Amino acid sequence: MANKLRAPSTKTAYILIAPAAVWLGVFFVFPFMSLLATSMYDPAGSVITGYDMTWRVQNFSEALGEYWPYLLRSLIYASIATAICLVLGYVLAYAMAFKAGRWKTVLLVLVVAPFFTSFLVRTLAWKLILGDDGWLVNALQTIHFLPPDGRLLATPVAVVAGITYNFLPFMILPLYASLEKIDHKLLEASRDLYANPFQSFLRVTWPLSLPGVVGGTLLTFIPATGDYINATLLGSTNTQMVGNKIQVLFTKAGDYPHAGALSVILLVMIVALVMVYVRKAGTEELL
Amino acid sequence: MIVALGRWIGKHLVMTLGLLVLLFLYLPNAVVALMSFNDASQSRNLYSFQSFTLDNWLNPCAPMGMCDSLVTSVQIGLVATVFATIIGTLAAFGLVRHRFEGRSTMNLVLFLPMATPEIVMGSSLLALFVSAGLAGQLGFWTILVSHIMFCLSFVVVTVKSRLAGLDSNLEQAAMDLYANEWQTFWRVTFPLVFPGVLAAALLSFSLSFDDFIITNLNSGQTVTFPMFVWGAAQRGVPMQVNVIGTMMLLIALTVVIVGEVGSRRRAKLLAAR
Repeated sequence: MANKLRAPSTKTAYILIAPAAVWLGVFFVFPFMSLLATSMYDPAGSVITGYDMTWRVQNFSEALGEYWPYLLRSLIYASIATAICLVLGYVLAYAMAFKAGRWKTVLLVLVVAPFFTSFLVRTLAWKLILGDDGWLVNALQTIHFLPPDGRLLATPVAVVAGITYNFLPFMILPLYASLEKIDHKLLEASRDLYANPFQSFLRVTWPLSLPGVVGGTLLTFIPATGDYINATLLGSTNTQMVGNKIQVLFTKAGDYPHAGALSVILLVMIVALVMVYVRKAGTEELL
Repeated sequence: MIVALGRWIGKHLVMTLGLLVLLFLYLPNAVVALMSFNDASQSRNLYSFQSFTLDNWLNPCAPMGMCDSLVTSVQIGLVATVFATIIGTLAAFGLVRHRFEGRSTMNLVLFLPMATPEIVMGSSLLALFVSAGLAGQLGFWTILVSHIMFCLSFVVVTVKSRLAGLDSNLEQAAMDLYANEWQTFWRVTFPLVFPGVLAAALLSFSLSFDDFIITNLNSGQTVTFPMFVWGAAQRGVPMQVNVIGTMMLLIALTVVIVGEVGSRRRAKLLAAR
């Protein structure tokens, strides 16, 4: 509860909030409006000559018609990666929260530390690990998991693996935060009531960790859908995601209206999916 | 030995699996560290280990433009961190300590940047800068502005959670002991919130330092370290990039270990008193 010492004066609150509110207003909300406007410009213009505002809604249908395979691919890759992240992240977060004892903080630091090596550098390292002459491919070929000329790099597997790796910490941290809060007495109680470990997990631990599951899946899925780094560095032209297309339309093709429309479509799609998901998961509390 | 290990694994199955996941997280870092000792001067194949050398570590700035880009990244990172941490912390205080009209709107607006894919945020900023006629002026300042924007939300969330967990009885006690508001704030509230502020600042710096997608769209001719790596990736990355990557990891680990040892020692001293 807000403390009773200071009469909560509204004026102070507005002064405290103002700088952040103005910054986000000018550089987040306003640009988004600008993007919305851009997505309805006449594509006949260019950056140099300027664009005419013609409220051209066809930009959306054109972008959707032309780029839907990329949108679909982004959603599929991001979903698979998020699911794998959930499994891997849950195991590590669970081990940290319940089994690590006084090593908790150390493990937490170890999860965050790789962040400090630039993620582009780490993604390039995956190129080496998954490379055609790498030990991984050779080993998989030896056990006949891959055909002799099979490869990992430039396949969807490599892209999904890269996305999984890059966003795993975003899954682990919220999961850990909610698992760590669980009162161990509740687990003892369930054991006293003759629940086996599996039942205690399913009936006590898992439901109590749901906020972390929801938070973690969102923090993983959203950036994963918009990502194009993994698709570029680890994939091929057949694994390009919607982010690739938006970036190319903006920076190379200079087709701002369609790029804007595609960005808006991506965002609307994500918001819709997130809303359905949060409804389903039954938790409205996001933060 | 192997039997003992097997027994440990059987007893600590979850922990073993967890450590394997952690190993997965460190696999690329191990490769980066290894490649920082790779002598690539004799070969065109930059994606396999040729022979051992210390040259990369002795001449980290040899590739043209790399260290300049590093300096740019650190500059942007530091300024963005200071700015975002200050205005973000103020906002966190306002949101936790006060009830006012528009509070939930503000919370939503703060949450949105975290829920928007970077490509959308980056492209909308670009759309804004272009409509404002700044297409030719993209560079240091536009990067800085965008970094402050996306760091802000993370600062507010981090400081907010610290503030919300704060025991307000401590402040009450200070006031009862005749501390005025100012003294209470600087002697009680701020020291208690400080770890949250520090965590927020560290997070901001790492986010800013590592950002590529938003920066790429709004950088014009300015080259940050991730932009340099991206550009080099098309031709073949110089091995010195791995040196920088390894150094950053070592610096981060050192800072954390020193902090951890320090706080354990302090705790021991307090206990001994």
